[in-house]
Amino acid sequence: MSNENNKERDTEPVKGDNFTRRDVLKGLATVPVLGAFAYAYFKKRRYEKMLRGNILDSVDMTAAAPDHPLPPATGHTIRLGIIGFGIRGPQIAKAAGFLHPDDVDALREASVSNGKDTRYAEFMEQDNLNVEIRGVCDIFSVYADRARAAGANIYRSGNGEKTGDMPVVYRNYKELIAAPDIDAVIISTPDHWHAPMAIEAARAGKHVYCEKPLSWSVEETYEVRKVIRETGVVFQLGHQGRQTEAYMKAKEAIDKGVIGKVNLIEVTTNRNDPNGAWVYPIHEKASPETIDWEQFIGQAPWHDFSLERFFRWRCWWDYSTGLSGDLLTHEFDAMNQIFGFGIPDSAVSSGGIYFFRDGRTVPDVLQTVFEFENEKLTMLYSATLASNRSRGKVIMGHDGSMEVSNSLIIYADRASTKYKKEISEGIIDTELPILTFTPGRKNVDAVTSATEQYFAGRGLLYTYRGGRRIDTTHLHLREWLSCIRNGGTPSCNIDQAFEEAITAHMGTIAYHEGRKVRWDREKELII
Amino acid sequence: MVLRLLTGWLFLYEGVVKAVNPDWSSAGFLLDSGGFMAGFFRMLASDPTTLSIVDFMNVWGLVAIGLGLITGCLTRVALISGMVLLGFYYLSHPPLVATRYAVPSEGSYLWVNKNLIQLAVMFVLYHFPTERIYGIDRFIFGKNS
Repeated sequence: MSNENNKERDTEPVKGDNFTRRDVLKGLATVPVLGAFAYAYFKKRRYEKMLRGNILDSVDMTAAAPDHPLPPATGHTIRLGIIGFGIRGPQIAKAAGFLHPDDVDALREASVSNGKDTRYAEFMEQDNLNVEIRGVCDIFSVYADRARAAGANIYRSGNGEKTGDMPVVYRNYKELIAAPDIDAVIISTPDHWHAPMAIEAARAGKHVYCEKPLSWSVEETYEVRKVIRETGVVFQLGHQGRQTEAYMKAKEAIDKGVIGKVNLIEVTTNRNDPNGAWVYPIHEKASPETIDWEQFIGQAPWHDFSLERFFRWRCWWDYSTGLSGDLLTHEFDAMNQIFGFGIPDSAVSSGGIYFFRDGRTVPDVLQTVFEFENEKLTMLYSATLASNRSRGKVIMGHDGSMEVSNSLIIYADRASTKYKKEISEGIIDTELPILTFTPGRKNVDAVTSATEQYFAGRGLLYTYRGGRRIDTTHLHLREWLSCIRNGGTPSCNIDQAFEEAITAHMGTIAYHEGRKVRWDREKELII
Repeated sequence: MVLRLLTGWLFLYEGVVKAVNPDWSSAGFLLDSGGFMAGFFRMLASDPTTLSIVDFMNVWGLVAIGLGLITGCLTRVALISGMVLLGFYYLSHPPLVATRYAVPSEGSYLWVNKNLIQLAVMFVLYHFPTERIYGIDRFIFGKNS
């Protein structure tokens, strides 16, 4: 880069006012490159803006996250009773702001030993829902004691730290429901107890948050709906997926016809470990002395005391609703939230006990196909408890397809009629999403790179920054509590719950009887 | 000088693109780290405050290095900073025999990747101070060669 002609002059130091015209020209010689850069950059920006605008125009979506403000958590204190404190009970209590001191300590230690573990901070920052736990009930005394300690832990303390008054431990759920100082109950018991407890609570004028599914038998599904409607208590079924932002955005996209006429929905369950297959550990202190076995049996057929049946009740039809009630319902409810299609017209099922041949009666592989005649579409549910192959929730339409998880990814179909022009003009690339939505991000992104697509698909992006993560169960409870205080109907109310339970029962009956089961809309009967 | 301009352009555009994207974060890249320093890079991503500092330094570092190289202003500082940044990029995603990354790579690399080559380019540039001829450094440090 030397300059032969001016070599002599160039070796002189340039100081103070000794700049020659040549010095200035040479010194600033490369600055015009910035002009070229700016020109290229703004051209590129304009192109991307045009592309994004065109795509968003053609898909007719706003570039905003769904507008779903947090329900208020203020107002009078609501006094809760919790029935059932096995697995789901403690999770719901945590979402309400109550955690056993042991669990607080464990979370705190985890956050210290692993900086990435933000669960402790998230729990401590979780809004106060202005509730008290006045009563707890579990038929296993160890769980009942834990529920009591969690309910007293109003300061979210660890062991040895300050806690509040202990809630009352009830040995029988009927006593808890009858307690005058309890306004509302959380039911997180085995499936065969959901409806009887919800009915009893509603009759006593107590508001109900009930774990899914709504019912264990078809008959009680009608009864529980009738009683909830008659008593007017606020009912929420525990499908916390109702609070998932990506589902709301998916609904917006479906309502706007972004992927055209939907004809097939594929939803799946993929698990591959004993815990996922409901083979839960058996507590060392469990015995006929610490467990009220008769109360456990309830309306189920009599069986002698069995630790396996008590802790792994999901494996037996006697207490469980199997894959249909436990996991299909999550998928169905997500789709019912998006499509609002209600109960399907028919169901067929197949499957079997293929891997976990441990004495269970419920299948570990199940396929159920539902037909929706009005919507002219099929929903296929496919589940295995013995393979982790991830298949997701996919909605297929003539103009595009959509993958819904915690994030949302929409692709245009290469044979789409709607996007034919944009595809031929190169505005839409069918290999790249036309829209992705990752909760926590500020905007919907219409132009995505392969990298972003990758991360969005795995929910990896932006998990650790920006808006704080909130437990969906917390939001679901909060909505229920807000409806109790301020009126309104929760998102998974008794009608949605009825649709969920009937759909699950149709799948189960089809499996048991090996036939196509239909829903008579007029008579509201499974035939 | 051409090499310096090209390198500067690359840095500047990388920085500007990130600066104008309100959602950009290094979190995904850091969390995807591999190799013997992966723990360190993941730690950077785990704390929101640290992450925001890393993001800020990265974005505006890239912009400043790009501007420095193009205009030939404080070029040596820009080159050293650039080499440090590239060193970090390399160490967070070293193309070792057994490492695999989620971030898609447009080529195939083993031990040597583009970050390392770019680092070497900047090392060469450091030893050929063209900025003293064509660059603002001519006024700051005096002309050369």
